[in-house]
Amino acid sequence: MTVNKTYIKSFCTIQNNQISLNGEIVFDTEPTVFSDFSKKAYQHLEMNYPKFFKMDNLSKLAFLGAELLLKNEDDSEIENNTALVFANKSSSLDTDVKYQDSISDPENYYPSPAVFVYTLPNICLGEISIKHRLKSENSFFIFADYNPEFMEKYSNILLEAQKADKVLCGWVEYYKEDYKAFLYLIDTQGKLEQNQELLKKLYKQ
Amino acid sequence: MIKEVYITETNCITPIGFDVAANIKNIDDEVSGIQLHDKPMLFNVPFYASIINDVDLNLAFAKVTSATNYSRLEKMMILALEPIIKKSKVILNERTAFILSTTKGNVKALENQKIESAYLHQLARMVANFFGFNTEPIVVSNACVSGILAVSVAKRLIQADVYDNVFIVAGDEISKFIVSGFNSFQAMSDLPCKPYSINRTGVTLGEAAAAVLVSSNKENAKIKVIGDGSINDANHISGPSRTGEGLFRSIQSALTEAKINSNQIDFISAHGTATPFNDEMEAIALNRLGLENVPVNSMKGFYGHTLGASGLLETVIGIESVQESKLFISLGFDTIGVSQPIHIIEKNEDKKIRYFLKTASGFGGCNTAVLFEKVN
Amino acid sequence: MEALKQELKSKIIEVLNLEDIAIADINDDDALFGDGLGLDSIDALELIVMLDKDYGIKLVDPKEGKTIFKSIETMAAYISENRVK
Repeated sequence: MTVNKTYIKSFCTIQNNQISLNGEIVFDTEPTVFSDFSKKAYQHLEMNYPKFFKMDNLSKLAFLGAELLLKNEDDSEIENNTALVFANKSSSLDTDVKYQDSISDPENYYPSPAVFVYTLPNICLGEISIKHRLKSENSFFIFADYNPEFMEKYSNILLEAQKADKVLCGWVEYYKEDYKAFLYLIDTQGKLEQNQELLKKLYKQ
Repeated sequence: MIKEVYITETNCITPIGFDVAANIKNIDDEVSGIQLHDKPMLFNVPFYASIINDVDLNLAFAKVTSATNYSRLEKMMILALEPIIKKSKVILNERTAFILSTTKGNVKALENQKIESAYLHQLARMVANFFGFNTEPIVVSNACVSGILAVSVAKRLIQADVYDNVFIVAGDEISKFIVSGFNSFQAMSDLPCKPYSINRTGVTLGEAAAAVLVSSNKENAKIKVIGDGSINDANHISGPSRTGEGLFRSIQSALTEAKINSNQIDFISAHGTATPFNDEMEAIALNRLGLENVPVNSMKGFYGHTLGASGLLETVIGIESVQESKLFISLGFDTIGVSQPIHIIEKNEDKKIRYFLKTASGFGGCNTAVLFEKVN
Repeated sequence: MEALKQELKSKIIEVLNLEDIAIADINDDDALFGDGLGLDSIDALELIVMLDKDYGIKLVDPKEGKTIFKSIETMAAYISENRVK
């Protein structure tokens, strides 16, 4: 299979109370907890999507990143076939620990379905798919570190096999207030050619 | 010329057998792994589940290695992989990948505050190091489609010439975490689950590990992987789409790629969790594709819902159906309880199968369909 | 009864993370599901947990929830009749 060139159409990073889009800071706050930061970012983006507040932190993080890159892509007239290929290190561990706490004391055993549902990393893909009406290929992977090699190859495979027209790739890591999101939209046309060196560089920014 | 991709080795570790032959023997005899368990460590009242016997597991593991520093799930996964790695004689070099599929991995470690062990890449590392894989493990964690999605991922990576061989292991075990969660969703059946039946009330949980070798090498091929799709419902994070949209599209995507029509499919191994909404959704999706007369089963009556393992385990069993020209009973089924007609397999019977479809759906709105073709 | 209704409104907002809604926004007879507050199936399950945790009421049949959780009015009536804590 010959892999044609693919391009990074846009990219964003969310870390340290700051959001940058295509290398420029578009939003930041004073140092604060993630729930507060994410709420302010939500307000800044004028999303009007109350379900946001029901999400766990991993989903909020992924959702904010996707909003930045997809809001100008959404077209109500045609269906977007944008695949989602996401990965992280900690899976849903932050919420797993929260859920485990709710079942560890027999005297106070009240497992919460609203917490349990977020004990799967791919729920954030569902949240993004619902918001952006993406009935498209999606998969969630776990690696010890951001893996540009795999992400590049897998996104190219989806485009090459015509399983998708574009691919939204995301590294969305959240564990106990430690977070980093790096999302980018891969297209078959553009200026910024996708390669592992560039991905590594953009990830580190 | 697009590379052809095959499954050449299979194995599974389940409550009804520690190899494929033992599992098939029990399925032939309609012996289910589901039993009533009184295990207060898992749940405060007795519950039906398909659980692997610890004594059997440890005995089998001791035959493979004298090492003791492995979790229960790691033992299951190592036991599933060990014979096929040995038998295949594939060299574990940079052209051989290792995919591990799971939904909750070693989540049990959280009971003892062992956070580090609960990391999925850590689990993958433990299993990979046991065998000496030379590539970084790829973990697929995509709810209940994980096991079958891994087959799709492996096939795609081989087609793109990234690897020649991909070993997949898929596994999940029953934990207090999972039992309490499914129960909080009011999704557990009081009796052994009854997929597609009128009186179904929910899932029975199970545990298992399954392993396969996906390869570009046709020698020893058991089946060919000819198409796949993994498409989201974009509807709800816990309930399936009422129209079966994502599943419908996943199957369509697989059919388009395989260049076959839906009326050529001979057998479907579906998800069939026995929750009211899942089974209904599947019946709708199958009808939308004109698949209502194709024999279909759910293996959940034998194994319960083994979460991330289920898709791969049921593929392993489905491959046996194709190879032995046999349809296996959808255990637990009595009277049809979905609004659209589907052809549930009610007894073990002979049938020549050329095209076999495996599907799964899960939380997050995910769906996966993979099409297989018999190898002559 | 009035106090219980106020309590329920504040609990529902908190438990279900209804960020943009204030107690004053919820009328006693507003539909909680569907077009009203727009709650969904996971919210319904969460309300069942709340009944158990805060009022000691265990719903045997989750389908009962449909009538009980119709509005603040119906919830308050059911709770005051069945609560054990």
